[in-house]
Amino acid sequence: MTNLAKRKKAELRFRFYGIFSVFLSLLFVAILIFNICSSGIGGFYKTIFLTSIHFDQKLLNLEDNASEEQIRNASFRKLIKNSFDESFKDYSKDEIKQIKKLFYRKIDIELKNFLINNPEFLNKTTKVELTASTHIDQIHKGNFDRTVQEKHRKVNNFQLEIYDKFVEDQKVKKVWNSTYFTSGDSRDPEAAGVASSVKGSVFTILICFLLSFPIAIFASIYLQEFAKAGKITDLIEININNLAAVPSIIFGLLGLGILLNFFGLPRSTALVGGIVLSFMTLPTIIVACRSSLRAVPPSIREAALALGATKNQVVFHHVLPLAMPGTLTGTIIGLARAIGETAPLLMIGMVAFIMDIPSNPLEPAVGMPAQIYLWSESSERGFIEKTSSAIILLLMFLIVVNFVSVYFRKKYEKKW
Amino acid sequence: MFYSVLTLFVLSFIGFYLGKRKSIKLSQNIKLASLPSYYGYLAMLYILIPTLIAWFVLLVGENFVLEKYLFLILKEFLISMSGSEVQLFFIKIKNLSEGASFGNESDLELLGAQKIIQFKNLFLLLTYLVIFLVTAIALYLVNKKISPTFKSQRDVEKIVNLFIQLCSYIAILITVGIFLSLVFETINFFGYVNPLDFLFGINWNPNKAFVIDSSDVIDKDILKDAFGIIPLMTGTLLVAFLAMLVSIPLGLMSAIYLAEYAPKRIRDISKPVIEILAGIPTVVYGFFAALVVAPKIADLGEYIGLDVSSESALAAGLTMGVMIIPFVSSLSDDVIGAVPQSLRDGSYALGATKSETIIKVILPSALPGIIGSFLLAISRAIGETMIVVMAASLQANLTINPLEPTTTITTQIVTALTGDTEFDNPKTLVAFALGLTLFFATLLLNYFALRTVKKYREQYD
Repeated sequence: MTNLAKRKKAELRFRFYGIFSVFLSLLFVAILIFNICSSGIGGFYKTIFLTSIHFDQKLLNLEDNASEEQIRNASFRKLIKNSFDESFKDYSKDEIKQIKKLFYRKIDIELKNFLINNPEFLNKTTKVELTASTHIDQIHKGNFDRTVQEKHRKVNNFQLEIYDKFVEDQKVKKVWNSTYFTSGDSRDPEAAGVASSVKGSVFTILICFLLSFPIAIFASIYLQEFAKAGKITDLIEININNLAAVPSIIFGLLGLGILLNFFGLPRSTALVGGIVLSFMTLPTIIVACRSSLRAVPPSIREAALALGATKNQVVFHHVLPLAMPGTLTGTIIGLARAIGETAPLLMIGMVAFIMDIPSNPLEPAVGMPAQIYLWSESSERGFIEKTSSAIILLLMFLIVVNFVSVYFRKKYEKKW
Repeated sequence: MFYSVLTLFVLSFIGFYLGKRKSIKLSQNIKLASLPSYYGYLAMLYILIPTLIAWFVLLVGENFVLEKYLFLILKEFLISMSGSEVQLFFIKIKNLSEGASFGNESDLELLGAQKIIQFKNLFLLLTYLVIFLVTAIALYLVNKKISPTFKSQRDVEKIVNLFIQLCSYIAILITVGIFLSLVFETINFFGYVNPLDFLFGINWNPNKAFVIDSSDVIDKDILKDAFGIIPLMTGTLLVAFLAMLVSIPLGLMSAIYLAEYAPKRIRDISKPVIEILAGIPTVVYGFFAALVVAPKIADLGEYIGLDVSSESALAAGLTMGVMIIPFVSSLSDDVIGAVPQSLRDGSYALGATKSETIIKVILPSALPGIIGSFLLAISRAIGETMIVVMAASLQANLTINPLEPTTTITTQIVTALTGDTEFDNPKTLVAFALGLTLFFATLLLNYFALRTVKKYREQYD
């Protein structure tokens, strides 16, 4: 082989390595997204049993035209026991107990809610959609291999038989899981939802934005427009650069040591989470704002000064509005990163079992990522699916946010 | 609290309006030195700034004063309790005063809760008093100051400039805050454990500290080999090394291809798609590493006859590597793009092929910048938390075998501080010592990275 041919071959090889690594990187993106999606889509659906229930007045101890309050206080246990006993007359007591386990363990609450919403069915028989237990849910969705040995699964052969009978009678259905979006966390995967964590995230990000955005803008105006070069200005700039590179968990330690222990702010709340995340977002916004301030041409400043504006008026009335689009893009990117941050929240206790949807930033809350972490630590099979669904929601939100920021930049960015 | 903030803002707007109205009245006869609204702004700032400062002081002081106050009035009951009992008592009555009742409280606790409520009401009253008092004084002062020759714009701008200057100092404040919070608790920790045992110990077993705290006597000999950071360091470096093994070749080659070879269209599409990897929250990677990568690696190991732990450093390291690819590639891309075209042209003119130009000319001249980007990526890998928390082990293991379970500094910080956090126990305090170590390590790496990048930039500017 000639020298030239060798060199040409080396050239091709090198080029191939390049294409290969780009391809591999793109492949990782694809695998990750495909994997999460394929395991998470199912979480937006749930399995239900169409069960006909007779809402017997006597069993519920309710009068005609019972008020909502009365229904809420009624006990549905007797009714459930009765309908199970009646529908499965041929089975023994023990077997009925096992059949009951096919259902979500709090179907009495589901029945109650149904009757509250449809009080006209009192004393009538109707078909009600009752949530299946998480194990049945996983089998119905095909996430769990039912051919494994009986002792290795949570659903025994008898229960499977009954389930198959239900399927044959077309009593089992997969429906859109609306409770996933409206309820908080739960010990049972079939009832767990993201509402509390979404609201927790919203509060956290809101606090983060309210704190970091104005402070970052003021700081960048000072540094870019007013500060004289000197030791203090240098020190500030070094600090901003360093803060951008400090690991996020250190900010969590700062929140724990200073905000919780020293200032005594309430633990596990969106307020503290927001403050900690604002420390992390601050450098990102400052860098973006400063570079857009720098991009505003001097002619604008000179024109305003020539018309008699003071330096403050020049900056606040003319330069800052022109630098706003770039600043906003940077802010959105910074906040998008803050939404996905988990480690600092772990440090300040924003990782807890929270059932109630927080109504203000001073109540204990979890964020979306912390919820994902919590669910992923659970050994229950059903939670894996819920985790992936929550990840899908989070990623979709991030994608939307990023598109918005790109749109902002394209639409408002000016080339001087 | 919400209403006090609202009151404050309403009052400051009233101040603005009054100031503006007075100056407009004046300006009907004579020309004023500043625009009327500046007199309004001045009144507003005179009200807002002192009240906000006072309010902040009150808010911070409330907790301290409250505890002192409780000690004073409940002295005879508290004197028989130990330190931790008193803390527990305070927490209980605080919760009680916020309405979290279990129905089994003692008379003392009910009394304490009552006192807290009284105290808080008093404090609220004080807040309102401060707000109204300051408003009255501010309005009086501004009213006296407003005159045709008074340049209110100059005063307003002075205040605004001072304010934005203070805003920029917050960056320093945060760094100082980080440093102080870490150092204080680390000093507390070193009260239990000898710093040398911490830095050079090769055994990590914080649960030993857990056993002793029930007897309330800290036996320093037991702690001697419970908190050795060496196994954590090796674990952290091992995971970071594996991550670099993935991200350096892939990131650098992608950057080279995209910067030198790829047609514009492929570049425009591929670059943002690769950047997606950087935008994905780390908790997602952690989930992926624990649920997909680790089992796959364990299966593969079994297939080829190797015993791979399901919490091996390999799974965490590889996943982290994927996460870091875009850091390496976009930073290197910038550096490669900054190499002047004349160097390439010179190399081509001598008959070199493109790959020879890249390897022999471009990469050497971009080397400092590329190394800088590697250092930044390493510091990122060391500080990364969620992936290792979810995919790596909790068991400290002094090993460099990537197939065995390992733990890292960040994992141990999280384990030390989640769940019950009592700040009189070395098991909890060690998190801050680990944090300080991590802080210094990343600081050093970043310092060197930025310095090499900067030096290199100056070369071609």
